[in-house]
Formats: sequence, structure tokens, C-alpha cells
Amino acid sequence: MSQMLSMTDVTVCYDNVEAVRNVSLSVDEGQIVTVIGPNGAGKTTLLMAAIGLLASRGSMVFRGSDIRKMSVEDRVERRLCLVPEKRELFSDMSVADNLLLGSYSLRDRSGVQKTLDEVYDRFPRLKERQRQAAGTLSGGERQMLALGRALMAKPALLMLDEPSLGLAPLIVREIFRTIASLRDLGVSILLVEQNARAALETADYGYVLETGEIVQSGPAKDLIHDPRLITAYLGGH
Amino acid sequence: MTSDIAAILAIDGIATGAVYALVAIGTVLIFTVTRVIFIPFGDIAAFTALTLAALDAKRFPGTGALVVALACLATLIEIISLVRSGELRLLPRALLFYLVLPLAVVGIAWLTMRIDPPLAVRLVLALMLITPIAPLLDRIVFRPIADGTVLLLLTVSVALHFALVGLGLLFFGPEGVRTEPLTSFSTEFAGVLISGQTMLIVLAALVFSGLLYLFFDFTLVGKSLRATAVNRTGSRLMGIRPARAGTIAYLLGSLMAGVSGILIAPVNTVFYDSGFLIGLKAFVGAIVGGMTSYPGAAIGAVGVGILESFASFQSSALKDVIVFSLLIPILIWRSLASLHSEEEIEE
Repeated sequence: MSQMLSMTDVTVCYDNVEAVRNVSLSVDEGQIVTVIGPNGAGKTTLLMAAIGLLASRGSMVFRGSDIRKMSVEDRVERRLCLVPEKRELFSDMSVADNLLLGSYSLRDRSGVQKTLDEVYDRFPRLKERQRQAAGTLSGGERQMLALGRALMAKPALLMLDEPSLGLAPLIVREIFRTIASLRDLGVSILLVEQNARAALETADYGYVLETGEIVQSGPAKDLIHDPRLITAYLGGH
Repeated sequence: MTSDIAAILAIDGIATGAVYALVAIGTVLIFTVTRVIFIPFGDIAAFTALTLAALDAKRFPGTGALVVALACLATLIEIISLVRSGELRLLPRALLFYLVLPLAVVGIAWLTMRIDPPLAVRLVLALMLITPIAPLLDRIVFRPIADGTVLLLLTVSVALHFALVGLGLLFFGPEGVRTEPLTSFSTEFAGVLISGQTMLIVLAALVFSGLLYLFFDFTLVGKSLRATAVNRTGSRLMGIRPARAGTIAYLLGSLMAGVSGILIAPVNTVFYDSGFLIGLKAFVGAIVGGMTSYPGAAIGAVGVGILESFASFQSSALKDVIVFSLLIPILIWRSLASLHSEEEIEE
């Protein structure tokens, strides 16, 4: 199994404050890797640095290329995609246009219609609402659109920032089912979540990030039974 | 005022307003994509008129030298920026866009001038010569401060306008120009004489607005520009480069301003510094649309044109005062209408 993304000793600073310190993690091809941790641990910062919206130190290699100094757009062209916590949809534009823009970075446009059909098959709700403005969708539909839009870029590695945030439990289950099914498409996933239980149930491997540092890592099926994590994040006793 | 006079003034106002509408749409386009209130748009319109007049007089226009100077400066800045960021692999592309293409445009214009081209070709040449100016200015002036506040960008934009007026005097001289009407056709409608030029102005405004609408709604590049305007971070995450979107916006905006310059040149005498008032009145129109709505800007600009026409009949000396006084109630209305905008931005 080849390595998709490898971060070594990555440090991200806001002004002079280190929000993420010496973080090393890797995602293999076809793997779902999750980073869990409390609010403010630096999870979002880590993803922002991975996509290039924040500058970082250390090493960042994606599919064999050093991407640390690349622009966001160059990383997206290499099929590294992020669905951010705020979704960042084009609220005034239709669902169909949002999805079409997801494919903007693809040079070969011949498969766009087929990918669009696949996204509509995966999220029939989006097909029903394809003419509607993205800003008028419900929270769950917006998350589906954000996911669908990212899939339009045919990502090799999809990074998801808190996909379950603010959604009803039923929708959360649906979103995690979709994430698990993406693995079958050959998409690798780096999932950042506060909902640690759902994340570890879906993922193959997990990292625990606290105050900007990785404090624990291991196969997700082991972490989910770890007594310390059960007490701290999994609501157990 | 009789109804005849009112009709004449209204038609005159609609024609002037249509010219302002083209510039206003360009202003909104640039603002939404780049956050720059591009004050020199009026100057671009005036320079197009002056370029066309020079071509009509069989002189090679000063615009050529201006484009060459800007292309060299932009190329130099781009090379320095590529060296600093260690991205020298992008050098051939930079040379093509910032040096070869603008120089090719000037070269083509210069060569075509040798064969005494007909009016249609001269119009195309004038537009070709004018369109690289704003994208080059963007690279030289605005790209380095693209992340600055809207106020900073506006201040620089005003300074740029004054610099351009100076360059306009240098390249075109102090004389005013008025070009030949594009058509001598005229017709009478309900007892009012309507000139072909007036009809052409309104038609051109409608056609170009329509083309822009089609571009935004039916092409991926057009949609990417709208996306950049709606959500800059979101569009970057799709691989849409804001700098490239900005360049396309400047090119399109310049084209709109250029067309308005060509349309206004046979109707008004245009000087090197005439652009400021055109740009400012278009800006008033754009503000009516909240600087974000294209139809709003177009309607606002036509409104400004009509108001100006009636104001100049009532009191020629005070017409600009009356037009710009319109800004006060509009700004009060807009500030009341957008009281909740901050809440809307916070998702």
C-alpha cells in the first residue's frame, strides 16, 4: 500500500503562537485516517496547513511530491481536496453550479458528466434540488453538497473537517456511511472530528491531538477500546 | 417643460446612462472579484476614445507606448516575484502573458496602421490596445496588496487614477477629440428625432450586458468568476486562482469601458482627463446596485444618465452637483437596507 500523504514534524504558527507543534502523521492509499481531539487542539489548523491556506514548517509530501510550499490551487490540481468546517459553498449559486465548479481543477473534462451523475446517485437529494441556490439548503443538504462538490474533483485524498458538526444524529449517521463508502471508490480520507466515537468506528487508523501535539496514535479498533480515550472522548466510564 | 422636451431629454439621458451602465457593470465586476473599486475605469473609457481619434487621424496612438511601458514594468515585477518564491518554472508563462501578448497587440496595431484600415478595423484596434492596460495595472499595483483592506485598495485606486491622468496628458496631449459618428442614420419616433448613434449606444449596452450574462451563466470560466466573488476561500479550494480570475475580470471590465469610450466619443468631446466624471457617475450607478448587482448597477447608471440629462436642462452649471447629491439618499437607503448584513455574513 503506497503512502498518500506524509507529514513530518509539521509546525503551524499564528503570529508567534504555535497552534500545531511537530506533528507527524501519514495516510496510506485507500485508508481512512482520523484525527480526534478536543476543541482548540489544532485539528482545523492542521488541515488548513495541509491544504496550504496556512503556512507551515516541517515536511509535507503528497503522492511523492513536496507540497509544503505549493499554493492551494496547485495542491487541488494534484487532487488533494478539503471540505472545510464552514463548508465554504457558493451560497448565491445553484446546487448544480456548485457541483460543476467542484470539477474546475480537472484538465480532462470528458468524465465530468459521469462524475456528476455518480454524485447525484450518491446524494439523490442534491439532484432534486439542483436548480435551488446552495444558501437555501438545510444543514445536512449543505454538508452533502460540500462532499459532492469535493468528489467532483476526483480527489486522491479527501480531507474532511468536522463533517458532522451541527447536524442531526440521523444525518450524521448518513454522512459517516457515505464517508465509509468512499473508501470503496479508492479515495483516501483524512477525517478530523470531535465526534470521536463515530470517527473511530469509521476509520482504519487514528491520531489523538491535544494542545497542538499528537499524544496517542494507533489502529482505530484499538483506540476505541483505550480506557483513557473512553474517559476523555468517548463518553464512557 | 413640454412633453417633447421631456422626451428628448429622456432619450438623451437613456443614451448617456447606457454608456455609464457599461462602465458601472465593469466596476461591479472588478469589485466583486478583486474587492478593488477601480476608479480609473473612466480613464480607460476616455483613453479608448483618444486612441480611436488618433487612429482616425492616421497617427499611432500614445496607448501603444503606454502598453509597452506597463508590459515591461509588469514583467519585471513578475520576474522578481517568481525569483523570490523560487518558482522560476513559471517564467515562460509569465513572459508570454505579461510581455509577449501585450507587445504582440501593439505590434499588430502598428503593422495594421500601415495599410490604412477601415473604421471597423480601427475600432477593433482601439479595443485591442486598451484591454491590456487594466490587467497590467492589476499586476503592477494591486496584486502585491491584494490582501489589503477595501479602503487601502480604494486609496491606491484613486492614486492610480491621478497617475493615469498624468500619463494621459503625456501620451495624448491636452487637446480634446470628437470622433466621426459611427452612423449617420436617424429616425423619428412619436415626433421625437432619435439619432442612429443614440440607438447604437443603447443597443451596444444591451448586447454587451446580454453577452456578459451568458458568459456568467453558461461558461465554466464565468461561473468561476462568480464563485470567486461569492466566496474567495471556497473558490481557491476548487482550484480557482484569484489572481487569474482578477485578470479575466480586468480584461472584461476594460472591454466594457472601451466600448463605452468608443460610443461616447462621437457625442462628447473627450479630453485626457474626461474619464474621471464618467467613472464617478458610473460608480454612483454601481452604488445603487450595492456594488454587487449587475442589473442594479445598470438600472442605477441609466437613472444617473436620465437625472443628469434633466438636471443639465434645468441648470447646466449644477448638473454634477445634482447627480452626486443623489449619493446621499442612496447611501442612507442602502445603509438602512443592509443593517443585517453582518449577521448574514456570520454563518
